[in-house]
Amino acid sequence: MTEFASFESIAMDFEGAGHERALAILLLSMADDEFVIGFSDSEWTGIGPILEEDVAISSLAQDELGHAQALYGLLAETIADGRDADGWAYDRPPEGYLHARLLDHPRGDWAATIARRYLYDTADSARLEAIAASSHAPLRELVAKIRREERYHLMHVQTWIERLADAGGESRARLLAALKAMGPDAGTVLAPLPGETALVRHGVSREPFAVMEARWRDEVGATFGRLGLPELPPTASPDRPRTDHSDAFRSLHAEFTMVRRSEVGATW
Amino acid sequence: MVMTAPLPTAAAVRLLLRDVVDPEIPTVSIVDLGLVHDVRVGADGIAVELLPTFVACPALEVIRSAVIDALTALGSPVEVSFTFAVPWTTDRLTNAGHAGLRNAGIAPPADPVDVRCPFCDSATVAMDSMFGPALCRSLFYCRACRQPFEAFKPI
Repeated sequence: MTEFASFESIAMDFEGAGHERALAILLLSMADDEFVIGFSDSEWTGIGPILEEDVAISSLAQDELGHAQALYGLLAETIADGRDADGWAYDRPPEGYLHARLLDHPRGDWAATIARRYLYDTADSARLEAIAASSHAPLRELVAKIRREERYHLMHVQTWIERLADAGGESRARLLAALKAMGPDAGTVLAPLPGETALVRHGVSREPFAVMEARWRDEVGATFGRLGLPELPPTASPDRPRTDHSDAFRSLHAEFTMVRRSEVGATW
Repeated sequence: MVMTAPLPTAAAVRLLLRDVVDPEIPTVSIVDLGLVHDVRVGADGIAVELLPTFVACPALEVIRSAVIDALTALGSPVEVSFTFAVPWTTDRLTNAGHAGLRNAGIAPPADPVDVRCPFCDSATVAMDSMFGPALCRSLFYCRACRQPFEAFKPI
């Protein structure tokens, strides 16, 4: 458990957090978000509702895993404790992950997957906008690249949420059920991070998360209003720790670490 | 007395890079794809910096070893790295790159309304799906020659 102790010292002990520690937490939470949604959505590969959609969701999942790999890579450079991107991705217990609680929901049916993607991609987009001019050059450069790819994700998921909402009947009922289940956790993607004042002071982010969240809620509110969908509720239990994860995530974690655990230290 | 070979020039390196092709699109070199960001030659070897088309592109490691293979003949150690210093965009494709894509049956990047069939050049085409068999491509269908085809995504 020595690695976890070292992780804890980064993510859990925020006393007097300097901006490098805050940067590490930002990178880790973003990387975990992208990794978890990417891995989770990849479960649709081969069983997507139609062939084109199977290809599309697989592409989106692949993009997110690539973004996670690059972000873990930046984190590895920042922390420099000998762990590489794979070490960060796979060698932590479930409670060592900092992804948003929204992504602790299982992928569910297609409507749930679309609802989760819509809520996540729009929130992630607000976050990427806030760090697009980051003072941390490697992050700024990576984000410039990622935003060009995420534009396609947003177009795609926007089309889908409109389609499900406008279709009525079972499609709309399933979307409403998914939004009801996930709505209270939607805001967790933009929940404040420890040390974020240091991030803003050093120009890593242009604004605190509360400002990103307000901007995101306005945007989602406008879309939901147009589609006649209920307004998003405020975040439930905002003080619940980021590391308190669901059983669904524990199962997912057991699966994505399976190969890594089966032969410790093995390389391809 | 140790004889050292003269250092290769950056131009010689770039010339050899024209022979390295994209593993998925063998009609287009990495130079015409616009992947080559920088070439530096020094006493300790050749450093080539490449720009990934997509962050998650699975072909990067194949391209890295192809570059090393292509430059081995120059007799200097080769180091290949990937950078996001500037984002790769489809504007970096050269005219030869566009022609190479068409030869592979892939429409060059364009606004979806301006995409033309790479087989019959018809403009009567429709996008079937924004996402195709690779991250960098969309799926289209040509109503004139009734061929499905792929188009490079503008990014």
